[in-house]
Amino acid sequence: MSALDLARWQFAVTTLYHFLFVPLTIGLAWFLVGFQTAWLRSGEERWLRLTRFFGKLFLINFALGVVTGIVQEFQFGMNWSAYSRYVGDIFGAPLAIEGLAAFFIESTFLGLWIFGWDHLKPRVHLATIWLVAIGTTASAYFILAANSWMQHPVGYRLNPVTHRAEMTSIFQILTNSTLIRAFGHTIAAAGLTAAMLVLGVAAWHLRKRGEAELFAPVARVALWATLAAAVATVLLGHTQGQLMTKQQPMKMAAAEGLYRTENGASFSLFALGPWEKRPSKNLVNIAIPHGLSILADNSWSGTVQGMNALQAEYVKKYGPGDYKPIVGVTYWTFRIMTGLGFVAIVFALVGLWLARTPDRLERSTRFQQLAVIAIGLPIAANLAGWLFTELGRQPWVVQGLLLTKDAVSPTVSAWSVGLTLAGFTLLYGLLAAVEVKLMARAVKAGPDAAGTFGAEPPGDGSSPLPIPALTY
Amino acid sequence: MIVAASTHEYWNLQTLWFFLIAVLWIGYFVLEGFDFGVGMLLPFVGRNTQERSTLIRTIGPVWDGNEVWLLVAGGATFAAFPGWYASLFSGFYLALFLVLVGLIVRGVAIEYRNKRTDDSWRRRWDWILACSSAVPALLWGVAFANVVEGVPTDAHGQVTASLLDLLGPYALFGGVTWLVLFAFHGALFLDLRTVGDLEARAHATARRLAIPAAVLVLGFLAWTYANALSAHDKGIVPGIIPVTAICLPFAGAALVGAQKSGWAFAATAGSIALVTLTLFLNLYPRVIVSSTSNAFSPTIFSTSSTHYTLTVMSIVALVFTPIVLAYQAWTYWVFRARLGDVDAPASPAELLGRSPLGRQSS
Repeated sequence: MSALDLARWQFAVTTLYHFLFVPLTIGLAWFLVGFQTAWLRSGEERWLRLTRFFGKLFLINFALGVVTGIVQEFQFGMNWSAYSRYVGDIFGAPLAIEGLAAFFIESTFLGLWIFGWDHLKPRVHLATIWLVAIGTTASAYFILAANSWMQHPVGYRLNPVTHRAEMTSIFQILTNSTLIRAFGHTIAAAGLTAAMLVLGVAAWHLRKRGEAELFAPVARVALWATLAAAVATVLLGHTQGQLMTKQQPMKMAAAEGLYRTENGASFSLFALGPWEKRPSKNLVNIAIPHGLSILADNSWSGTVQGMNALQAEYVKKYGPGDYKPIVGVTYWTFRIMTGLGFVAIVFALVGLWLARTPDRLERSTRFQQLAVIAIGLPIAANLAGWLFTELGRQPWVVQGLLLTKDAVSPTVSAWSVGLTLAGFTLLYGLLAAVEVKLMARAVKAGPDAAGTFGAEPPGDGSSPLPIPALTY
Repeated sequence: MIVAASTHEYWNLQTLWFFLIAVLWIGYFVLEGFDFGVGMLLPFVGRNTQERSTLIRTIGPVWDGNEVWLLVAGGATFAAFPGWYASLFSGFYLALFLVLVGLIVRGVAIEYRNKRTDDSWRRRWDWILACSSAVPALLWGVAFANVVEGVPTDAHGQVTASLLDLLGPYALFGGVTWLVLFAFHGALFLDLRTVGDLEARAHATARRLAIPAAVLVLGFLAWTYANALSAHDKGIVPGIIPVTAICLPFAGAALVGAQKSGWAFAATAGSIALVTLTLFLNLYPRVIVSSTSNAFSPTIFSTSSTHYTLTVMSIVALVFTPIVLAYQAWTYWVFRARLGDVDAPASPAELLGRSPLGRQSS
């Protein structure tokens, strides 16, 4: 394998791994905001118990999101130094702004939230979790600004002397149409990820512990949140797809397995191509007539460009080369992502239908078991979504400007990249095992486990609402 | 090397950003320096897992915010000097990989140690925390010494050094200096933030580390000066800065002996800041010294972003940096009280179990 292939694998491994934790962090932060605000407004103790309980899960997850995020900030320079030189004038700015304007907020105020329970007034303490949630969401905005520029470059010019892209308008970069769509879609998906986690955890407790008075209302809230977030994710994803058809037609054509340009194109449900590196047709294709034209263009017989025509057009524009992504991967990751979105909607509707009858949700073991498994659905969809959007852009690293093969560090040997790839994979695997175990322990320990976690100060170990020990 | 001929040539955005990046690194080393020190000293100052819980709690609320200084330094280098970012990070590839592994393991150790109560679990994480604090502390010193001493490059300023090239005697001396100075800094931090036995032990540790740290800083900066003299490139370092950087740890040693730990801590913070500043001033206006040829050394002008991008970033920095400094300072104010053994339970889970002021019953 070449240094390029290894560097690509490394980026995929480290970025996907990081993205396992990020959506959950963003979504759960807003759930905590909801729980703690409800507690402060109503004074009901159950909201405090929920804040504490889900706060524990949030922290276990947050830790890995933070430490794997450091790699993200460094690896552009380490593995992709040619890319860094080419786009740094534009790409570095949103990353630096993210650090200064968002990540500082979330890290500092998370520390205040965790350790500030008996140091801050309740309202100030509530404000800290609000700031954490706002910080994580703002982080997503700036990171997606950087990524959206790679999908759809705006606000730049090419400098013929230095051979690099240079920023002409930060405003255009921060209001990129691609960014607005991607941000909405990603935040909705983050909400869905957290909602299904809360639902699954509540369902597990209903089944194993039967703490209905605490967890049944949470399950209902989570079901509504799942429905709302899933519908929002699908709808926003749809508008994103329509925009993508215009901005990155090759990616969408690959996502649909559409080789020839069609008027009134069908929407493919299941397709298989020949098992070869550069297939140019499908062997099997089960499709809904006119479906794709309606989805992509809002019209019965709108034209959707196929990959073969686009390939010919790009050769003319950019010179000889293969401008198709790996069609099979793009097609199937897109289907996994969208398919799981619809599964989530159906799942939430079934749950809400069960919940109409009093006690039905509390007694339906089948649904409760499914809800635990379903925690993985949005996580799988998130990963598929990232794979789709990044692999579908290939062979470009910046659409239309820079090819991935020209972006890699020229001075780093394949041996070095291989070594660090092995190192990160091993380390991340170990950490994943520890994280899953700790999460499962915390879920099983339940909402009142705080006192049993360690040597609590004497006198409050048994109380459901421990009184602060001596302050420090 | 390029030397600006008159003062007005320093008035450019590249110079401003070079020093802003120096400030970010200073912030990172002064703040995470004591985090590293606390981590390294954990097995020595804390005699049992209970005591070590208290020690970790002194940095618990702040370590993550401190580490963001590094991320912002990296991001700012990327934004303001893409060529520097690209050469530095690809050139110090394996060293940075080791730093990253250290920082990842360290963060996980701090956050996961208290998630379980059994002693063997906590003891294991304590040692992992100590090692993973020492490795980045050492390697940052090695990396900075290399950047100033010079590394092999090609004509485009791309670093061609291997990991072994980075482990020369001067670089290793720089690494050990950082390690011991951070340990001293961390011991003083613990001295300030604890009471009772822990405070006494932290104080004794600080006293033991004071003279070695001071001698190492003296040796490292003397060596830096000798290198600069022999290469005829003293940069623009006013002598008062390295001399103060050398005097401060000695002052710290005297102050800690006189039971003035707060002032001693200020002295180590100042020394870390001034050593870092000396290295940056020695470097200016280069960003990496090429040992292959002086003409190959990339500079702030050859690696920088455009005037437009630098202007945008200057506005962003001007608006947000004071805000960040204000709320980080407030965090230290909130958590200013000293910790003793009685406060040992330190896990976030336990702390989450506490109810805020005003809401507590009885």
